[in-house]
Amino acid sequence: MAVAATYPGTPSSEIGTVLERLSEKSGMYFEYSTNEKVALEVGAAAAASGLRSFVFMKHVGLNVASDPFVSLGYVGVRGGMVVLSADDPSMHSSQNEQDSRYYARLANIPMLEPSTPQECKEMLMAGYDLSERLGCPVLLRTSTRVNHARGIVDIGDFERIDREGKFEKDPMRFVPVPSVARAARSRQLERMKKAKELSEVSPFNREEGDGSVGVIASGVAYTYAKEFLEDVRILKLGFTFPLPDERMKRFIASFDRVVVLEELTPLLEERALQLSKGTQCEAQIIGKISGNLPEAYEYSPDTLNALKGLVKVRKGHIPVKCEPIPLPNRPPVLCAGCPHRATFYAVNKALAGQEAIFSSDIGCYTLGINPPLSTADFLLCMGSSVGAAGGFTEATKQKVIAFIGDSTLFHAGIPGIINAVFNDHRYVLVVLDNRTTAMTGHQPHPGTGRSSGRTTEPLDIVSLIKGCGVKHVEKVDPYDLKATIDVMKKALEMDAFSVVVSSRVCPLAVARKGRVVSESKAFAIDQRKCVKCKTCLTKFTCPALAFDGKNVEIVPEICIGCGCCAQVCPKKAIEVPQ
Amino acid sequence: MRYSVVIVGVGGQGVMLASRVIGECAMNEGYEVVASEVHGMAQRGGSVTAMVRFGEGVLSPLVPRAGAGLIVGFEPLETYRALSFANKNTLVVTDVERIVPMAVIDGNEKYPDVNCLLEGMTRVGLRVVALDATEMAEKAGTRLAVNSVLIGAASSMPNFPLGHEGLRSTLMASVPERFRKENESAFNLGRKAASKAMR
Repeated sequence: MAVAATYPGTPSSEIGTVLERLSEKSGMYFEYSTNEKVALEVGAAAAASGLRSFVFMKHVGLNVASDPFVSLGYVGVRGGMVVLSADDPSMHSSQNEQDSRYYARLANIPMLEPSTPQECKEMLMAGYDLSERLGCPVLLRTSTRVNHARGIVDIGDFERIDREGKFEKDPMRFVPVPSVARAARSRQLERMKKAKELSEVSPFNREEGDGSVGVIASGVAYTYAKEFLEDVRILKLGFTFPLPDERMKRFIASFDRVVVLEELTPLLEERALQLSKGTQCEAQIIGKISGNLPEAYEYSPDTLNALKGLVKVRKGHIPVKCEPIPLPNRPPVLCAGCPHRATFYAVNKALAGQEAIFSSDIGCYTLGINPPLSTADFLLCMGSSVGAAGGFTEATKQKVIAFIGDSTLFHAGIPGIINAVFNDHRYVLVVLDNRTTAMTGHQPHPGTGRSSGRTTEPLDIVSLIKGCGVKHVEKVDPYDLKATIDVMKKALEMDAFSVVVSSRVCPLAVARKGRVVSESKAFAIDQRKCVKCKTCLTKFTCPALAFDGKNVEIVPEICIGCGCCAQVCPKKAIEVPQ
Repeated sequence: MRYSVVIVGVGGQGVMLASRVIGECAMNEGYEVVASEVHGMAQRGGSVTAMVRFGEGVLSPLVPRAGAGLIVGFEPLETYRALSFANKNTLVVTDVERIVPMAVIDGNEKYPDVNCLLEGMTRVGLRVVALDATEMAEKAGTRLAVNSVLIGAASSMPNFPLGHEGLRSTLMASVPERFRKENESAFNLGRKAASKAMR
């Protein structure tokens, strides 16, 4: 591939980390785009210019990119184009577990679904051939247990990439005004007919093993079937849109019982049911619709236990019966010295018990949901904090405070800001500017002054917001709690839309560069001054603070010396030891 | 032969690195390998689980219930949480040093007594090597070498299919050069302590 673009999102982020490293050596152009829609448009233009392009994102990112994605299914491509969606069944790090396979059908774009790391590589290569053969992009649909799986992959040889394309003008193809789009629509359906023929003979749709029960499996669910089911013949489906109907029909007709293993929506199962109708011995189709398997959450080898009595499941070990001891949960927390914690603390202080709706967004700062900070009340998706805050302002008389991170602001926050100005929504927006895309692994964004492997002109957030027409914009350093509280108070008193940019670099990002966060060393608690009120521990909750049952201590290996807890302590008992 | 290792701990402790070392070592020894991890929040102090499976025909990236040959726990509470992967032959290596979750600090939940947790494991017949890996890592020169202590300990567990020399060299290749000495000595301390405990 010659051009690649993405916006980071788990479980797809590591692809960018690798491409960032490879792009320099290989001659590939790789960029972190401001959001997935832009990334897809970059890739589409490269493919229209005859180059191979690759665009990848998490499943909800494909929602953001869905607008160009669907139309790209009409105009198509010249160079091969593969769009990877990383689904997240069980929502390990997502707000929903939507099934991206619907997008293939919605956009009439062929889809491949790998089951293993090796297959990811093979299907990516095959995806390009398919894309070029059909003249449309191909969706490579993965899921967490494929993306975050490691396995031995035969990589093959690298070739130096020539990335000079040439765009040959053809507005009657690439500008879908209604008359062009109508013609494209029938071409699209012709293309899908051809795609179906290819799916019927694709080596990614193959039968394996021998047994008395038929199993149709796709994605990572195939690995569970292959390893833990016995006496079965498996139809492994990897080219899953369009489905190989004839092949499936023949397969189903040769069994009395067919088990369908796929995560999330029963798409294969629905098709299997349709196809079995009218066959000679309508096979019993076992899956989700039959009530045997769950539709929610990811599968595991243990999911197969629900099939006992219907198919032979390999005998597992007997679990030890441990005494059930109540175990405290360990949800993720904001790191030691996280500037978001300081901002949230200051916001709560400024509110002084007054109630407010906290409209939150996607990033580490969503962890503000946990008490005692409790600064997340409403969240939908990237950028939703800003638009929703406007809605709350108009729908209620409650105070509204919105939080958005810097990367998220660039991604999808700007239209909401313009909307607040345009429609005179009066609330406070706090930009949690930690100078990086922290949650997904510290990828750059337009404010950082770097993109993949090169320096760029950093966008100044305050000027950007002022440029959107916002009159009241203040910038604070959240490590200065008093100043932050004062600025927040002022903003809250204002009967206007106001934006507070709370700016302080993420300590993890600094640590990654091997620099210390603060010149000062770790703080410590002077036990003579400490009155054991535990304010620091219970109100500020920094993980560097520990309680041994008697004293509160600061763990020097964890403390980064931000000094915020020292400002929180009512007795001034926290300081840098002399 | 198919062998599964479940590695658990708290985000930031080095669970991912340990899983990578064991996986790569297995690959170098010619096994088929598949490993799985969830790390969207790995650096944010939450519970973290990684799984490594190797041997003929391994395909599933997830270990089935009771399917672990070895559980490596970086923190006693997390080790206990992982016992659904244990059968009567499963070996357990765990650090005894607690990392107290926020809910416990707040006073909303209670951290169970570590000895209770360990006794709970041995009572059901599990063979457990409980080490103060954090202290041993400090002795080796840095608290950050806990994963080397635990990998060292794993290397001396009975019937563990991977050779200790291979593990050692894979580990050394994956830590930054300036910390190699500390990690090497942490590996040796863990190995020695576990083989003593297993005797």
